[in-house]
Amino acid sequence: MVAVFSICIYFYPNISFSQDAPENENNEQHQNAGHEDTGDFDVAGTILDHIRDHHSWHLWGHTSIPLPVIIKTDKGFEAFSSSKLSDEHHQPVIYNGNYPYKLVEGKIKIMNTDGSVDKEASAKVFDLSITKNVVSMFISVFVLIIIFLGVAKAYTKRGVTSAPSGFQSFIEPVIIFIRDEVGKPYLGHHAPKYMPYLLTIFFFIWINNLLGLVPIFPGGANLSGNIAFTFTLALFTFVIVNVSGKKGYWKHIFWMPGLPVGMKIFLMPIELLGVFIKPISLTIRLFANITAGHILVLSLVSLIFIFKAVAASAMAVPFTVFISVIELLVGFIQAFIFAMLSALYIGMAIEEHHEEDLII
Amino acid sequence: MLLEINPLVLPDPGLMIWSALAFLILLFVLGKFGWKPIMKAIHEREQGINDSLATAEKVRAEMAQLKSDNEILLAQAREERAQILKEAKDIKDKMINDAKEQAKDAATKIMADTQLAIENQKMAAIVDLKNQVGNMIIEVSEKVLRRELANKTQQESYIKQLTDEIKLN
Repeated sequence: MVAVFSICIYFYPNISFSQDAPENENNEQHQNAGHEDTGDFDVAGTILDHIRDHHSWHLWGHTSIPLPVIIKTDKGFEAFSSSKLSDEHHQPVIYNGNYPYKLVEGKIKIMNTDGSVDKEASAKVFDLSITKNVVSMFISVFVLIIIFLGVAKAYTKRGVTSAPSGFQSFIEPVIIFIRDEVGKPYLGHHAPKYMPYLLTIFFFIWINNLLGLVPIFPGGANLSGNIAFTFTLALFTFVIVNVSGKKGYWKHIFWMPGLPVGMKIFLMPIELLGVFIKPISLTIRLFANITAGHILVLSLVSLIFIFKAVAASAMAVPFTVFISVIELLVGFIQAFIFAMLSALYIGMAIEEHHEEDLII
Repeated sequence: MLLEINPLVLPDPGLMIWSALAFLILLFVLGKFGWKPIMKAIHEREQGINDSLATAEKVRAEMAQLKSDNEILLAQAREERAQILKEAKDIKDKMINDAKEQAKDAATKIMADTQLAIENQKMAAIVDLKNQVGNMIIEVSEKVLRRELANKTQQESYIKQLTDEIKLN
Protein backbone atom coordinates (compact mmCIF):
# COMPACT_ATOMS: atom_id res chain seq x y z
CA MET A 1 0.00 0.00 0.00
CA VAL A 2 2.89 2.38 0.73
CA ALA A 3 4.11 1.95 -2.81
CA VAL A 4 0.67 2.73 -4.21
CA PHE A 5 0.42 5.88 -2.13
CA SER A 6 3.86 7.02 -3.14
CA ILE A 7 2.91 6.52 -6.78
CA CYS A 8 -0.14 8.66 -6.24
CA ILE A 9 1.80 11.33 -4.43
CA TYR A 10 4.01 11.48 -7.49
CA PHE A 11 1.03 11.28 -9.74
CA TYR A 12 -0.82 14.29 -8.49
CA PRO A 13 1.89 16.95 -8.73
CA ASN A 14 3.10 15.53 -12.01
CA ILE A 15 -0.30 15.79 -13.58
CA SER A 16 -0.77 19.30 -12.28
CA PHE A 17 2.58 20.36 -13.69
CA SER A 18 2.10 18.69 -16.98
CA GLN A 19 -1.08 20.55 -17.63
CA ASP A 20 0.97 23.63 -18.43
CA ALA A 21 2.11 22.69 -21.89
CA PRO A 22 -1.16 21.49 -23.38
CA GLU A 23 -3.01 24.27 -21.60
CA ASN A 24 -0.74 26.81 -23.22
CA GLU A 25 -1.12 25.04 -26.48
CA ASN A 26 -4.88 25.13 -26.17
CA ASN A 27 -4.81 28.74 -25.14
CA GLU A 28 -2.63 29.41 -28.11
CA GLN A 29 -5.09 27.64 -30.30
CA HIS A 30 -7.91 29.64 -28.84
CA GLN A 31 -6.02 32.82 -29.53
CA ASN A 32 -5.10 31.66 -32.99
CA ALA A 33 -8.72 31.02 -33.65
CA GLY A 34 -9.43 34.58 -32.73
CA HIS A 35 -11.27 33.83 -29.48
CA GLU A 36 -10.76 35.54 -26.18
CA ASP A 37 -8.78 33.44 -23.66
CA THR A 38 -11.50 32.58 -21.23
CA GLY A 39 -9.15 30.41 -19.09
CA ASP A 40 -11.42 27.43 -19.55
CA PHE A 41 -9.65 24.13 -19.26
CA ASP A 42 -9.96 21.87 -22.30
CA VAL A 43 -10.42 18.53 -20.53
CA ALA A 44 -10.92 16.34 -23.58
CA GLY A 45 -8.00 17.92 -25.43
CA THR A 46 -5.66 17.48 -22.46
CA ILE A 47 -6.63 13.88 -21.88
CA LEU A 48 -6.35 12.91 -25.52
CA ASP A 49 -3.00 14.65 -25.65
CA HIS A 50 -1.84 12.55 -22.71
CA ILE A 51 -2.86 9.22 -24.08
CA ARG A 52 -1.54 9.69 -27.62
CA ASP A 53 1.99 9.16 -28.82
CA HIS A 54 4.53 12.01 -28.87
CA HIS A 55 7.69 12.82 -30.76
CA SER A 56 9.33 14.07 -27.58
CA TRP A 57 9.11 12.94 -23.97
CA HIS A 58 7.66 15.61 -21.77
CA LEU A 59 9.10 15.45 -18.26
CA TRP A 60 7.80 18.45 -16.36
CA GLY A 61 7.01 22.08 -16.97
CA HIS A 62 8.91 23.14 -20.05
CA THR A 63 11.43 20.29 -19.86
CA SER A 64 11.22 17.59 -22.50
CA ILE A 65 13.56 14.94 -23.83
CA PRO A 66 13.89 15.38 -27.59
CA LEU A 67 13.64 12.09 -29.46
CA PRO A 68 14.91 11.22 -32.93
CA VAL A 69 12.51 11.67 -35.81
CA ILE A 70 12.96 9.24 -38.69
CA ILE A 71 10.77 9.78 -41.73
CA LYS A 72 10.70 8.35 -45.18
CA THR A 73 9.41 10.40 -48.06
CA ASP A 74 9.76 9.97 -51.79
CA LYS A 75 13.16 11.66 -51.37
CA GLY A 76 14.35 8.88 -49.07
CA PHE A 77 15.01 8.56 -45.36
CA GLU A 78 15.59 11.54 -43.16
CA ALA A 79 16.47 11.78 -39.49
CA PHE A 80 16.58 14.77 -37.17
CA SER A 81 15.90 15.66 -33.56
CA SER A 82 12.35 16.33 -32.53
CA SER A 83 13.58 19.49 -30.80
CA LYS A 84 13.74 21.06 -34.26
CA LEU A 85 9.98 20.68 -34.60
CA SER A 86 9.20 22.89 -31.61
CA ASP A 87 10.46 26.21 -30.29
CA GLU A 88 11.49 27.09 -26.73
CA HIS A 89 7.81 27.50 -25.80
CA HIS A 90 6.99 24.01 -27.06
CA GLN A 91 4.97 25.36 -29.92
CA PRO A 92 5.26 23.48 -33.20
CA VAL A 93 7.45 25.19 -35.78
CA ILE A 94 8.31 24.34 -39.36
CA TYR A 95 11.52 22.40 -39.87
CA ASN A 96 12.91 22.52 -43.38
CA GLY A 97 14.30 19.12 -44.23
CA ASN A 98 13.63 17.59 -47.60
CA TYR A 99 10.24 19.16 -47.17
CA PRO A 100 8.97 21.74 -44.71
CA TYR A 101 7.73 19.58 -41.83
CA LYS A 102 5.47 20.61 -39.00
CA LEU A 103 3.70 18.75 -36.20
CA VAL A 104 -0.03 19.01 -36.59
CA GLU A 105 -1.94 17.30 -33.76
CA GLY A 106 1.09 15.14 -33.06
CA LYS A 107 1.56 14.00 -36.64
CA ILE A 108 4.33 15.14 -38.95
CA LYS A 109 2.82 16.90 -41.94
CA ILE A 110 4.31 18.58 -44.98
CA MET A 111 3.32 22.22 -45.15
CA ASN A 112 2.57 24.39 -48.10
CA THR A 113 4.25 27.75 -48.40
CA ASP A 114 1.07 29.46 -47.27
CA GLY A 115 1.09 27.59 -43.90
CA SER A 116 -1.60 25.07 -44.72
CA VAL A 117 -1.11 21.27 -44.71
CA ASP A 118 -0.20 19.69 -48.04
CA LYS A 119 -2.48 16.69 -47.64
CA GLU A 120 -1.35 14.87 -50.76
CA ALA A 121 2.35 15.07 -49.89
CA SER A 122 1.67 14.33 -46.19
CA ALA A 123 -0.01 11.07 -47.06
CA LYS A 124 3.29 9.85 -48.52
CA VAL A 125 5.20 10.55 -45.29
CA PHE A 126 6.12 7.33 -43.56
CA ASP A 127 6.90 8.11 -39.95
CA LEU A 128 9.40 5.68 -38.39
CA SER A 129 10.29 8.02 -35.55
CA ILE A 130 11.55 6.81 -32.20
CA THR A 131 8.55 8.23 -30.40
CA LYS A 132 7.76 8.29 -26.71
CA ASN A 133 6.00 4.92 -27.03
CA VAL A 134 8.92 3.38 -28.90
CA VAL A 135 11.37 4.56 -26.22
CA SER A 136 9.04 3.27 -23.51
CA MET A 137 8.85 -0.05 -25.35
CA PHE A 138 12.64 -0.27 -25.60
CA ILE A 139 12.89 0.48 -21.89
CA SER A 140 10.43 -2.30 -21.13
CA VAL A 141 12.31 -4.71 -23.43
CA PHE A 142 15.54 -3.76 -21.70
CA VAL A 143 14.00 -4.21 -18.23
CA LEU A 144 12.49 -7.57 -19.17
CA ILE A 145 15.76 -8.84 -20.60
CA ILE A 146 17.66 -7.71 -17.47
CA ILE A 147 15.08 -9.32 -15.19
CA PHE A 148 14.74 -12.64 -16.96
CA LEU A 149 18.38 -13.14 -17.85
CA GLY A 150 19.08 -12.46 -14.17
CA VAL A 151 16.46 -14.97 -13.11
CA ALA A 152 17.72 -17.52 -15.65
CA LYS A 153 21.26 -16.99 -14.37
CA ALA A 154 20.02 -17.53 -10.82
CA TYR A 155 18.57 -20.87 -11.89
CA THR A 156 21.69 -22.06 -13.63
CA LYS A 157 23.99 -20.80 -10.86
CA ARG A 158 22.03 -21.84 -7.80
CA GLY A 159 20.77 -25.05 -9.32
CA VAL A 160 17.33 -26.48 -8.97
CA THR A 161 17.84 -28.06 -5.59
CA SER A 162 17.80 -24.76 -3.69
CA ALA A 163 14.65 -22.74 -3.08
CA PRO A 164 14.17 -19.64 -5.26
CA SER A 165 15.30 -16.39 -3.67
CA GLY A 166 14.81 -12.68 -4.27
CA PHE A 167 13.26 -11.72 -7.57
CA GLN A 168 13.34 -15.33 -8.67
CA SER A 169 10.78 -16.21 -5.99
CA PHE A 170 8.48 -13.46 -7.29
CA ILE A 171 8.79 -14.45 -10.95
CA GLU A 172 8.59 -18.21 -10.53
CA PRO A 173 4.98 -18.36 -9.26
CA VAL A 174 3.90 -16.06 -12.11
CA ILE A 175 5.60 -18.28 -14.68
CA ILE A 176 4.04 -21.37 -13.11
CA PHE A 177 0.67 -19.58 -13.05
CA ILE A 178 0.91 -18.83 -16.78
CA ARG A 179 2.02 -22.38 -17.51
CA ASP A 180 -0.71 -24.03 -15.41
CA GLU A 181 -3.59 -21.60 -16.08
CA VAL A 182 -2.84 -20.60 -19.67
CA GLY A 183 -0.55 -23.14 -21.30
CA LYS A 184 -1.69 -26.50 -19.98
CA PRO A 185 -5.51 -26.11 -20.05
CA TYR A 186 -5.64 -24.89 -23.65
CA LEU A 187 -2.60 -26.45 -25.27
CA GLY A 188 -2.21 -29.70 -23.37
CA HIS A 189 0.92 -31.55 -24.35
CA HIS A 190 1.71 -28.91 -26.99
CA ALA A 191 2.16 -26.35 -24.20
CA PRO A 192 5.99 -26.46 -23.93
CA LYS A 193 6.32 -25.47 -27.59
CA TYR A 194 4.22 -22.32 -27.18
CA MET A 195 5.21 -21.37 -23.62
CA PRO A 196 8.03 -18.98 -24.70
CA TYR A 197 5.57 -17.04 -26.86
CA LEU A 198 2.87 -16.94 -24.19
CA LEU A 199 5.28 -15.96 -21.42
CA THR A 200 6.91 -13.28 -23.56
CA ILE A 201 3.60 -11.77 -24.62
CA PHE A 202 2.26 -11.88 -21.06
CA PHE A 203 5.25 -10.20 -19.44
CA PHE A 204 5.64 -7.74 -22.32
CA ILE A 205 2.04 -6.56 -21.97
CA TRP A 206 2.12 -6.64 -18.18
CA ILE A 207 5.26 -4.56 -17.79
CA ASN A 208 3.98 -2.02 -20.33
CA ASN A 209 0.65 -1.82 -18.51
CA LEU A 210 2.51 -1.17 -15.27
CA LEU A 211 4.92 1.32 -16.85
CA GLY A 212 1.90 3.13 -18.26
CA LEU A 213 0.60 3.59 -14.72
CA VAL A 214 3.82 5.15 -13.47
CA PRO A 215 3.43 8.87 -14.07
CA ILE A 216 7.11 9.83 -13.91
CA PHE A 217 9.85 9.42 -16.48
CA PRO A 218 10.46 5.76 -17.28
CA GLY A 219 6.72 5.21 -17.35
CA GLY A 220 3.81 7.31 -18.41
CA ALA A 221 3.70 6.35 -22.06
CA ASN A 222 0.38 4.84 -23.02
CA LEU A 223 2.00 2.07 -25.04
CA SER A 224 -0.29 -0.86 -24.25
CA GLY A 225 -3.23 1.52 -24.76
CA ASN A 226 -2.01 2.28 -28.26
CA ILE A 227 -3.84 0.42 -30.98
CA ALA A 228 -0.73 0.01 -33.13
CA PHE A 229 0.98 -1.89 -30.31
CA THR A 230 -1.97 -4.12 -29.44
CA PHE A 231 -2.65 -4.71 -33.13
CA THR A 232 0.94 -5.82 -33.71
CA LEU A 233 0.79 -8.30 -30.83
CA ALA A 234 -2.58 -9.61 -32.02
CA LEU A 235 -1.04 -9.99 -35.46
CA PHE A 236 1.63 -12.28 -33.99
CA THR A 237 -1.07 -14.43 -32.42
CA PHE A 238 -2.98 -14.40 -35.73
CA VAL A 239 0.11 -15.57 -37.63
CA ILE A 240 0.92 -18.29 -35.10
CA VAL A 241 -2.68 -19.54 -35.04
CA ASN A 242 -2.93 -19.80 -38.81
CA VAL A 243 0.57 -21.14 -39.38
CA SER A 244 0.16 -23.88 -36.79
CA GLY A 245 -3.46 -24.60 -37.77
CA LYS A 246 -3.97 -28.29 -38.48
CA LYS A 247 -6.18 -29.90 -41.10
CA GLY A 248 -9.12 -29.99 -38.69
CA TYR A 249 -8.90 -26.24 -38.13
CA TRP A 250 -9.20 -25.42 -41.83
CA LYS A 251 -11.85 -28.06 -42.30
CA HIS A 252 -13.92 -26.44 -39.56
CA ILE A 253 -13.64 -23.10 -41.31
CA PHE A 254 -14.38 -24.08 -44.89
CA TRP A 255 -16.36 -27.32 -44.62
CA MET A 256 -17.80 -27.79 -41.15
CA PRO A 257 -18.15 -31.53 -40.59
CA GLY A 258 -21.36 -33.09 -39.34
CA LEU A 259 -23.70 -30.53 -40.90
CA PRO A 260 -25.91 -30.50 -44.01
CA VAL A 261 -24.33 -29.05 -47.13
CA GLY A 262 -26.47 -25.91 -46.98
CA MET A 263 -25.31 -25.14 -43.46
CA LYS A 264 -21.71 -25.81 -44.49
CA ILE A 265 -21.95 -23.16 -47.18
CA PHE A 266 -23.76 -20.81 -44.84
CA LEU A 267 -21.16 -21.19 -42.07
CA MET A 268 -18.15 -20.78 -44.35
CA PRO A 269 -18.12 -16.95 -44.51
CA ILE A 270 -19.01 -16.68 -40.82
CA GLU A 271 -16.15 -18.94 -39.78
CA LEU A 272 -13.80 -17.15 -42.15
CA LEU A 273 -14.83 -13.85 -40.61
CA GLY A 274 -14.17 -15.36 -37.19
CA VAL A 275 -10.54 -15.96 -38.16
CA PHE A 276 -10.07 -12.20 -38.51
CA ILE A 277 -12.38 -11.15 -35.69
CA LYS A 278 -10.31 -13.08 -33.14
CA PRO A 279 -7.16 -10.93 -33.48
CA ILE A 280 -9.27 -7.79 -33.84
CA SER A 281 -11.01 -8.58 -30.55
CA LEU A 282 -7.60 -9.07 -28.93
CA THR A 283 -6.48 -5.72 -30.34
CA ILE A 284 -9.49 -3.77 -29.19
CA ARG A 285 -9.82 -5.44 -25.79
CA LEU A 286 -6.33 -4.52 -24.65
CA PHE A 287 -6.36 -1.09 -26.32
CA ALA A 288 -9.75 -0.12 -24.93
CA ASN A 289 -9.13 -1.39 -21.40
CA ILE A 290 -5.81 0.34 -20.93
CA THR A 291 -6.86 3.55 -22.67
CA ALA A 292 -10.06 3.64 -20.64
CA GLY A 293 -8.02 3.32 -17.45
CA HIS A 294 -5.78 6.21 -18.45
CA ILE A 295 -8.74 8.36 -19.44
CA LEU A 296 -10.47 7.59 -16.15
CA VAL A 297 -7.48 8.55 -14.02
CA LEU A 298 -6.88 11.71 -16.03
CA SER A 299 -10.56 12.66 -15.89
CA LEU A 300 -10.61 12.35 -12.13
CA VAL A 301 -7.52 14.52 -11.80
CA SER A 302 -9.03 16.99 -14.27
CA LEU A 303 -11.94 17.51 -11.87
CA ILE A 304 -9.64 19.82 -9.91
CA PHE A 305 -9.12 21.96 -12.98
CA ILE A 306 -12.74 21.84 -14.00
CA PHE A 307 -13.89 23.10 -10.59
CA LYS A 308 -10.84 25.39 -10.38
CA ALA A 309 -10.66 24.66 -6.68
CA VAL A 310 -7.97 22.93 -4.66
CA ALA A 311 -10.76 21.57 -2.47
CA ALA A 312 -11.88 19.38 -5.36
CA SER A 313 -8.68 17.37 -4.86
CA ALA A 314 -10.15 16.10 -1.59
CA MET A 315 -12.51 14.06 -3.73
CA ALA A 316 -10.44 13.67 -6.90
CA VAL A 317 -7.26 12.32 -5.29
CA PRO A 318 -8.83 9.47 -3.30
CA PHE A 319 -10.78 8.45 -6.38
CA THR A 320 -7.61 8.59 -8.47
CA VAL A 321 -5.85 6.41 -5.89
CA PHE A 322 -8.73 3.97 -5.99
CA ILE A 323 -8.81 3.79 -9.80
CA SER A 324 -5.03 3.52 -9.96
CA VAL A 325 -5.13 0.51 -7.67
CA ILE A 326 -7.84 -1.02 -9.84
CA GLU A 327 -5.69 -0.28 -12.88
CA LEU A 328 -2.85 -2.29 -11.32
CA LEU A 329 -5.24 -5.22 -11.24
CA VAL A 330 -6.55 -4.50 -14.75
CA GLY A 331 -2.97 -4.35 -16.03
CA PHE A 332 -2.38 -7.89 -14.81
CA ILE A 333 -5.77 -9.21 -15.90
CA GLN A 334 -5.52 -7.81 -19.42
CA ALA A 335 -2.04 -9.25 -19.91
CA PHE A 336 -3.34 -12.57 -18.60
CA ILE A 337 -6.42 -12.47 -20.85
CA PHE A 338 -4.35 -11.64 -23.91
CA ALA A 339 -2.05 -14.59 -23.22
CA MET A 340 -4.98 -16.84 -22.33
CA LEU A 341 -6.97 -16.04 -25.47
CA SER A 342 -3.85 -16.44 -27.60
CA ALA A 343 -3.39 -19.87 -26.05
CA LEU A 344 -7.06 -20.64 -26.60
CA TYR A 345 -6.95 -19.68 -30.28
CA ILE A 346 -3.73 -21.63 -30.82
CA GLY A 347 -5.21 -24.57 -28.93
CA MET A 348 -8.32 -24.52 -31.14
CA ALA A 349 -6.15 -24.46 -34.26
CA ILE A 350 -3.83 -27.31 -33.31
CA GLU A 351 -6.51 -29.50 -31.78
CA GLU A 352 -6.77 -32.91 -33.42
CA HIS A 353 -10.42 -33.42 -34.27
CA HIS A 354 -11.91 -36.86 -34.26
CA GLU A 355 -14.62 -37.31 -36.83
CA GLU A 356 -16.66 -39.69 -34.70
CA ASP A 357 -16.86 -37.09 -31.92
CA LEU A 358 -18.38 -34.53 -34.23
CA ILE A 359 -21.34 -36.49 -35.48
CA ILE A 360 -23.74 -36.12 -32.62
CA MET B 1 -15.25 7.52 -41.46
CA LEU B 2 -14.82 7.08 -37.73
CA LEU B 3 -11.29 5.79 -38.23
CA GLU B 4 -10.42 9.00 -40.03
CA ILE B 5 -12.00 11.16 -37.39
CA ASN B 6 -10.30 9.69 -34.37
CA PRO B 7 -6.56 9.12 -34.67
CA LEU B 8 -6.71 7.05 -31.45
CA VAL B 9 -8.01 3.98 -33.27
CA LEU B 10 -5.80 4.42 -36.32
CA PRO B 11 -2.74 2.17 -35.95
CA ASP B 12 0.43 4.09 -36.64
CA PRO B 13 2.54 1.98 -39.04
CA GLY B 14 5.82 3.32 -37.63
CA LEU B 15 4.94 2.20 -34.13
CA MET B 16 3.75 -1.14 -35.50
CA ILE B 17 7.11 -1.77 -37.12
CA TRP B 18 8.97 -0.82 -33.94
CA SER B 19 6.59 -2.95 -31.85
CA ALA B 20 7.11 -5.95 -34.09
CA LEU B 21 10.87 -5.46 -33.99
CA ALA B 22 10.96 -5.03 -30.22
CA PHE B 23 8.71 -8.01 -29.65
CA LEU B 24 10.73 -10.24 -31.97
CA ILE B 25 13.97 -9.21 -30.26
CA LEU B 26 12.40 -9.87 -26.86
CA LEU B 27 10.99 -13.21 -28.01
CA PHE B 28 14.33 -14.27 -29.43
CA VAL B 29 16.49 -13.15 -26.51
CA LEU B 30 14.16 -14.41 -23.79
CA GLY B 31 13.33 -17.58 -25.69
CA LYS B 32 16.94 -18.46 -26.08
CA PHE B 33 18.49 -17.23 -22.84
CA GLY B 34 15.54 -16.77 -20.51
CA TRP B 35 12.63 -19.14 -20.86
CA LYS B 36 14.64 -22.17 -21.89
CA PRO B 37 16.78 -22.40 -18.72
CA ILE B 38 13.95 -21.13 -16.50
CA MET B 39 11.37 -23.63 -17.76
CA LYS B 40 13.94 -26.41 -17.67
CA ALA B 41 14.89 -25.53 -14.10
CA ILE B 42 11.28 -25.27 -12.97
CA HIS B 43 10.48 -28.58 -14.63
CA GLU B 44 13.50 -30.20 -13.04
CA ARG B 45 12.61 -28.82 -9.65
CA GLU B 46 9.04 -30.10 -9.91
CA GLN B 47 10.39 -33.44 -11.04
CA GLY B 48 12.77 -33.42 -8.10
CA ILE B 49 10.01 -32.55 -5.64
CA ASN B 50 7.78 -35.31 -7.05
CA ASP B 51 10.64 -37.79 -6.91
CA SER B 52 11.47 -36.77 -3.35
CA LEU B 53 7.86 -37.15 -2.28
CA ALA B 54 7.64 -40.56 -3.92
CA THR B 55 10.88 -41.61 -2.27
CA ALA B 56 9.72 -40.36 1.10
CA GLU B 57 6.50 -42.30 0.70
CA LYS B 58 8.44 -45.41 -0.29
CA VAL B 59 10.79 -45.05 2.68
CA ARG B 60 7.84 -44.55 4.99
CA ALA B 61 6.25 -47.75 3.68
CA GLU B 62 9.56 -49.55 4.11
CA MET B 63 9.85 -48.27 7.66
CA ALA B 64 6.35 -49.51 8.43
CA GLN B 65 7.26 -52.85 6.87
CA LEU B 66 10.44 -53.02 8.93
CA LYS B 67 8.53 -52.16 12.07
CA SER B 68 5.98 -54.89 11.49
CA ASP B 69 8.81 -57.30 10.63
CA ASN B 70 10.50 -56.39 13.89
CA GLU B 71 7.32 -56.98 15.79
CA ILE B 72 6.91 -60.40 14.17
CA LEU B 73 10.52 -61.24 15.01
CA LEU B 74 10.02 -60.08 18.56
CA ALA B 75 6.90 -62.19 18.93
CA GLN B 76 8.72 -65.16 17.50
CA ALA B 77 11.61 -64.66 19.90
CA ARG B 78 9.24 -64.37 22.81
CA GLU B 79 7.49 -67.58 21.80
CA GLU B 80 10.81 -69.34 21.38
CA ARG B 81 11.94 -68.24 24.81
CA ALA B 82 8.73 -69.57 26.34
CA GLN B 83 9.25 -72.80 24.46
CA ILE B 84 12.81 -73.14 25.66
CA LEU B 85 11.85 -72.38 29.24
CA LYS B 86 9.11 -74.97 29.07
CA GLU B 87 11.45 -77.59 27.66
CA ALA B 88 14.05 -76.81 30.34
CA LYS B 89 11.42 -77.20 33.01
CA ASP B 90 10.31 -80.52 31.55
CA ILE B 91 13.88 -81.77 31.43
CA LYS B 92 14.45 -80.70 35.00
CA ASP B 93 11.32 -82.48 36.16
CA LYS B 94 12.28 -85.54 34.22
CA MET B 95 15.77 -85.58 35.69
CA ILE B 96 14.44 -85.24 39.20
CA ASN B 97 11.95 -88.01 38.63
CA ASP B 98 14.61 -90.26 37.12
CA ALA B 99 16.92 -89.60 40.01
CA LYS B 100 14.16 -90.39 42.46
CA GLU B 101 13.37 -93.59 40.65
CA GLN B 102 16.97 -94.62 40.58
CA ALA B 103 17.41 -93.86 44.24
CA LYS B 104 14.34 -95.83 45.11
CA ASP B 105 15.52 -98.79 43.04
CA ALA B 106 18.93 -98.66 44.63
CA ALA B 107 17.42 -98.46 48.08
CA THR B 108 15.13 -101.40 47.38
CA LYS B 109 18.08 -103.42 46.07
CA ILE B 110 20.15 -102.57 49.09
CA MET B 111 17.32 -103.53 51.39
CA ALA B 112 16.86 -106.86 49.60
CA ASP B 113 20.59 -107.60 49.72
CA THR B 114 20.72 -106.72 53.36
CA GLN B 115 17.78 -108.93 54.16
CA LEU B 116 19.39 -111.75 52.21
CA ALA B 117 22.63 -111.30 54.09
CA ILE B 118 20.79 -111.19 57.42
CA GLU B 119 18.91 -114.32 56.46
CA ASN B 120 22.14 -116.04 55.51
CA GLN B 121 23.81 -114.99 58.73
CA LYS B 122 20.81 -116.07 60.71
CA MET B 123 20.77 -119.45 58.97
CA ALA B 124 24.49 -119.87 59.57
CA ALA B 125 24.02 -118.92 63.20
CA ILE B 126 21.14 -121.38 63.56
CA VAL B 127 23.19 -124.16 61.91
CA ASP B 128 26.10 -123.39 64.21
CA LEU B 129 23.82 -123.33 67.19
CA LYS B 130 22.29 -126.63 66.17
CA ASN B 131 25.70 -128.14 65.76
CA GLN B 132 26.84 -126.88 69.15
CA VAL B 133 23.65 -128.02 70.82
CA GLY B 134 24.05 -131.47 69.18
CA ASN B 135 27.61 -131.69 70.36
CA MET B 136 26.60 -130.61 73.84
CA ILE B 137 23.90 -133.27 73.85
CA ILE B 138 26.34 -135.87 72.67
CA GLU B 139 28.79 -134.87 75.42
CA VAL B 140 26.11 -134.86 78.05
CA SER B 141 24.80 -138.18 76.73
CA GLU B 142 28.28 -139.60 76.79
CA LYS B 143 28.71 -138.56 80.39
CA VAL B 144 25.34 -139.86 81.31
CA LEU B 145 25.99 -143.09 79.51
CA ARG B 146 29.31 -143.52 81.14
CA ARG B 147 27.74 -143.09 84.55
CA GLU B 148 24.81 -145.40 83.92
CA LEU B 149 26.81 -148.31 82.66
CA ALA B 150 28.16 -148.81 86.04
CA ASN B 151 24.87 -150.00 87.28
CA LYS B 152 23.45 -152.63 85.10
CA THR B 153 19.97 -152.82 86.22
CA GLN B 154 19.46 -149.24 86.33
CA GLN B 155 20.91 -149.02 82.89
CA GLU B 156 18.49 -151.33 81.51
CA SER B 157 15.57 -149.58 83.10
CA TYR B 158 16.81 -146.33 81.78
CA ILE B 159 17.27 -147.62 78.34
CA LYS B 160 13.83 -148.95 78.47
CA GLN B 161 12.54 -145.72 79.66
CA LEU B 162 14.30 -143.92 76.83
CA THR B 163 12.95 -146.29 74.37
CA ASP B 164 9.48 -145.66 75.59
CA GLU B 165 9.93 -142.05 75.38
CA ILE B 166 11.21 -142.27 71.82
CA LYS B 167 8.18 -144.21 70.87
CA LEU B 168 6.03 -141.41 72.19
CA ASN B 169 7.76 -139.00 69.97
